[in-house]
Amino acid sequence: MTTMSKHTLSVLVENKPGVLARIAALFSRRGFNIDSLAVGPTEHPDISRMTIVVNVEELPLEQVTKQLNKLVNVIKIVELDQSQAVQRELVLVKVRADAETRSQVTEIVQLFRAKTVDVSPDAVTVEATGSSDKLEAMLRMLEPYGIKELVQSGLVAIGRGARSITDRSLRALDRSA
Amino acid sequence: MTGAQSLIRSLEAVGADTVFGIPGGAILPAYDPLMDSTKVRHILVRHEQGAGHAATGYAQATGKVGVCMATSGPGATNLVTPIADAYMDSVPMVAITGQVASKAIGTDAFQEADICGITMPITKHNYLVTDPAEIPRVIAEAFHIAATGRPGPVLVDIAKDALQATTTFRWPVEAALPGYRPVTKPHAKQIREAAKLLVNSKRPVLYVGGGVLKANAGTELRILAELTGAPVVTTLMAIGVFPDSHPQHLGMPGMHGSVPAVTALQKSDLLFTLGARFDDRVTGKLDSFAPNAKVVHADIDPAEIGKNRPADVPIVGDAREVLADLIVAVQAEFDAGHRGDYADWWTKLNHWKKTYPVGWEPAPDGRLSPQQVIERIGQLVGPDAIYAAGVGQHQMWASQFIQFEKPATWLNSGGAGTMGYAVPAAMGAKAGKPDTPVWAIDGDGCFQMTNQELTTCTLNNLPIKVAVINNGSLGMVRQWQTLFYNQRYSNTVLHSGPGHDGIEPPAQGTRIPDFVLLSEAMGCVGLRCERPEDLDAVIKQAMEINDRPVVIDFIVHQDAMVWPMVAAGTSNDEILFARGVRPDFGDDQD
Repeated sequence: MTTMSKHTLSVLVENKPGVLARIAALFSRRGFNIDSLAVGPTEHPDISRMTIVVNVEELPLEQVTKQLNKLVNVIKIVELDQSQAVQRELVLVKVRADAETRSQVTEIVQLFRAKTVDVSPDAVTVEATGSSDKLEAMLRMLEPYGIKELVQSGLVAIGRGARSITDRSLRALDRSA
Repeated sequence: MTGAQSLIRSLEAVGADTVFGIPGGAILPAYDPLMDSTKVRHILVRHEQGAGHAATGYAQATGKVGVCMATSGPGATNLVTPIADAYMDSVPMVAITGQVASKAIGTDAFQEADICGITMPITKHNYLVTDPAEIPRVIAEAFHIAATGRPGPVLVDIAKDALQATTTFRWPVEAALPGYRPVTKPHAKQIREAAKLLVNSKRPVLYVGGGVLKANAGTELRILAELTGAPVVTTLMAIGVFPDSHPQHLGMPGMHGSVPAVTALQKSDLLFTLGARFDDRVTGKLDSFAPNAKVVHADIDPAEIGKNRPADVPIVGDAREVLADLIVAVQAEFDAGHRGDYADWWTKLNHWKKTYPVGWEPAPDGRLSPQQVIERIGQLVGPDAIYAAGVGQHQMWASQFIQFEKPATWLNSGGAGTMGYAVPAAMGAKAGKPDTPVWAIDGDGCFQMTNQELTTCTLNNLPIKVAVINNGSLGMVRQWQTLFYNQRYSNTVLHSGPGHDGIEPPAQGTRIPDFVLLSEAMGCVGLRCERPEDLDAVIKQAMEINDRPVVIDFIVHQDAMVWPMVAAGTSNDEILFARGVRPDFGDDQD
């Protein structure tokens, strides 16, 4: 038996309207859950990159990858091995902090190499980037002070080393342009 | 030139010769230049669903891309069923729809529907065009995507202002599809592995699906089959790609497949799968399907490989190239002295073939049996004609009792199971193959869904024949009610209503509407046949009429059932040859 586990897919797609909807709809109709999804531009203006974290077994993962590959606007899919990739999320969190607790909160912020980006008499807003584990740890530390609001980005990831997953795809794009 | 003119020029340039459609507000600009085109014939249907199925029938009969056209909103949504149908059966089709003007998109404008959003899960790809300059490239890409790789429907939605705006037409255009690269050439190592498994197996079956037919690989299939001596089964979508009369043909596998075909797969040690997809109607209960078989799975769509059944040897490629390479690889194995010995296997197969041929129980005295009607049509009309079936009992009987010898002579809705497919699909086939006799084998339930296209046939000189197998009920559903719902016939009887004054409900067949009168109202010749002794004469009479469509209302007895049958959700081991009769497979000896 294979077990459910998290997989990080980097998906290069054509930067065209409706592509996000196509991908989201495909996951939904094939019955796969997206843990997190981040999309943004790449070094090439015609290509967007999605980082999708899915929680599936090995066999369905193969199926979801194959189905994604069938979408005409999908150029390339790479599964990023956690140990071979840098993975980051961004969190903005508004923590209750008055004159009495503010210094304790800022101490935690420094411990996690996070930043205080806004201060008001009753709260500080903290910006932190890192792996999911690090952010979770920080949020656990901040929780006792009272978390008023929290917003978190999807995970973005890039493989370690000199190789780029976009090189060959860009050539394909140039050929077809 | 306008975007609309550019669209028509693009259709001409890409080789579209027939378009089925209905105009309306948003697509209206395209219909103006279409009127002047001498290369594109437009056939004005009576319902957009008819246009879609006609495009499918045209595509399945000719191998070319079928084209349908509709306006925005309800025009486009009426295409949804045939698009879904074409998607399930991998039919190359391009649907062109008008969209409201680009400024009005998203405002719930009159006759606005987000048809790209609606058809996203049922198209291979779709386009919303708002820039008239894109029209030639999009049309070229749409036809390319529809026809290549695993074929499928592509929808092109064009905003009305893009059709009206001034633009320039440029051809040829280069496709910009960096993410679309179907693999057609199979991997040599996988081919060798497959050939090795084949010559080393004891009980192989060539499990052949619609992909072989679409790849036009009937000849290569036959060469491989005869080279190896392995038995062949053809799925519902593959019927005709291997001659039914061939001694190595075991018939169709699946829920209503032949006993030898179903059983051969179950007892096999190697499923040599070519362009088939382990559909639930073929496998029955998946985890008990062919439990001792290794699997070679060749398909042009990598996502099909391993989707339902893991493959020991996966091969991605076009069926024709796969088969061509396999022939060479198998020959090389033979030359090296490795040859499969299937003699024991054939002893068993021939025993099942002889003991369990498809057949039927005779009808009550003096009544027509539906199977006999269909078989007789096949015998008298012959294997050169094209047969299009609706969905239900008559479809299964047509697959069983018509002898198919040639590819692209059997059209039906396999994956989607779309009732009402037959008449418009036959119309489309006739438009594409005007010199070939085209018969629709339809049920009375199906016929009442789409018969309006007979008017289209009459007016456009498309003289198809329609055999309505009229049992006065939704026969397949009724069969399930007979078998699984204690003969409680809830809403499957089509011939009786809640008591019309002065109208006696008929004992047999639907008489409201009267199909003969209905057909004549649409300009067809309407015939009726109720007695076995009239059967041949009425078929021959229909065959002689070629200046207009002919509809024959065959009043058949309503209790006929489709056998063999594997009940839904059960194992193929539980196949019943007839009601309550399980074949003797000599299981004890296994």
